[in-house]
Amino acid sequence: MKHIQTLETRDLAQSVKNGGCGECQTSCQSACKTSCGVANQECEKCSK
Amino acid sequence: MIHTYQLNGCNIVLDVYSGSVHLVDEIAYDVINRIDAGEDREQIVTAAAAAHGVEPAEIRELLADIDELTAAGKLFTEDVYADKAFDYKNRSTVVKALCLHVAHTCNLTCNYCFAAQGKFHGDRALMSFEVGKRALDFLVENSGNRVNLEVDFFGGEPLMNWDVVKQLVAYARSIEKDAGKNFRFTLTTNGVLIDDDVIEFANKEMHNVVLSLDGRPQVHDKLRRTVNNKGSYDIIVPKFQKLVESRGGKGYYMRGTFTHDNVDFTNDVFHMADLGFDQLSMEPVVCAPDEPWALTAEDLPKVKEQYEILAKEMLRRNREGKGFTFYHYMIDLTGGPCIYKRISGCGSGTEYMAVTPWGDLYPCHQFVGDEKYKLGNVFDGVTNTELRDEFKLCNAYARPDCKDCWARLYCSGGCAANAYHATGSIRGIYEYGCELFRKRMECAIMIKAVEAMEKANKE
Repeated sequence: MKHIQTLETRDLAQSVKNGGCGECQTSCQSACKTSCGVANQECEKCSK
Repeated sequence: MIHTYQLNGCNIVLDVYSGSVHLVDEIAYDVINRIDAGEDREQIVTAAAAAHGVEPAEIRELLADIDELTAAGKLFTEDVYADKAFDYKNRSTVVKALCLHVAHTCNLTCNYCFAAQGKFHGDRALMSFEVGKRALDFLVENSGNRVNLEVDFFGGEPLMNWDVVKQLVAYARSIEKDAGKNFRFTLTTNGVLIDDDVIEFANKEMHNVVLSLDGRPQVHDKLRRTVNNKGSYDIIVPKFQKLVESRGGKGYYMRGTFTHDNVDFTNDVFHMADLGFDQLSMEPVVCAPDEPWALTAEDLPKVKEQYEILAKEMLRRNREGKGFTFYHYMIDLTGGPCIYKRISGCGSGTEYMAVTPWGDLYPCHQFVGDEKYKLGNVFDGVTNTELRDEFKLCNAYARPDCKDCWARLYCSGGCAANAYHATGSIRGIYEYGCELFRKRMECAIMIKAVEAMEKANKE
């Protein structure tokens, strides 16, 4: 597309079907301890 | 819902519910914003063509591209999650992570410590092996089918109870295979007691190590002082360097706290990087607003600017092969969290709990010491199920204030403890933290956009 570059991203709507295993890291545990960001968490399924 | 913003020469369009990110030129940025504002298509063609000095046909072509992205579920997607009603109240949850407060005592006296110098507003104490062992058994017993179990050795200062930490790791390793589990340990330390034994053990057994350093010597030493009222920078930095050098690529975070005293905290992040550390985290101080180091309303725009400075400098250093990671910018667009994780958040009070030296359970480390948030104990389990259910409901869709926020699937509704301390309710929001969070997400996504653009230009 001439005016738009779409970055490759995980389709969140699709993840309704293939997500939810719960094996991922508890977000606060990893470094911050004082906030609740989840966007930087890795998916255990995707990283396998 | 979409969110559009301009940063570092980039025009970025986020499609909130699909998670799509588009890097667009000025014309597309204008047209997409006009569509979002509800303008008529023919009106857009006329206005955008005139504004950008292009033929109407080009705008029509652009509108066709936008239609294509919309049809593909990458732009202007609707919220399909709210009505699906992930039934949070009735969902069964398992426990998969514990924060073990192995030492409610500390060998530093950091003024800003949310744990009140390790005591959590109570008595000094060390966790016994028996209590820790029972906590690990409690975790295994309540973890259902979850394989990966996380345990953070926290305090206070956990190295003040190091022998128990080692015994607990040995115990966990002795049971994990038969239990079908995989323990992942984290050690969060101020570094004062790090020695060769700690380094060897931590680098063998700890999945992650969180090392507390606030940055420049004068900044670090102002608030992170020893019990003899001396600065701790010179004691800990060589130890951290030795630990990280021998870590063999395993994960760690050099984690700092910035306050009103160092609003220019990027200089502290760059100082950490210049010391040779490359996995960095820097958090805004969490404390009562009347403390002298609390961030103020006047600090807010300065802090936001600092996040931009940080993002731009990270891009520059990365191009020069001297890159480092920053915890809040480690956004993973392709391998990031699924929608369940994005809605349910940190899991405090349900999947994640903190255990005091006496074995009491709290929703997370930030609630420890607040009796009304006691969930139970590792011997009797969770007895305050009403409180646990309140935390079950604490998610991205539970807070009325989050309804119109584009970032709620990045923060999952924010930190319950921050909300509680700011508003008195775990379902409130800590607006100051939200402002900073949104800025961090904009910066993180901008970095990804620039990297994608540079990659495309190379190809």
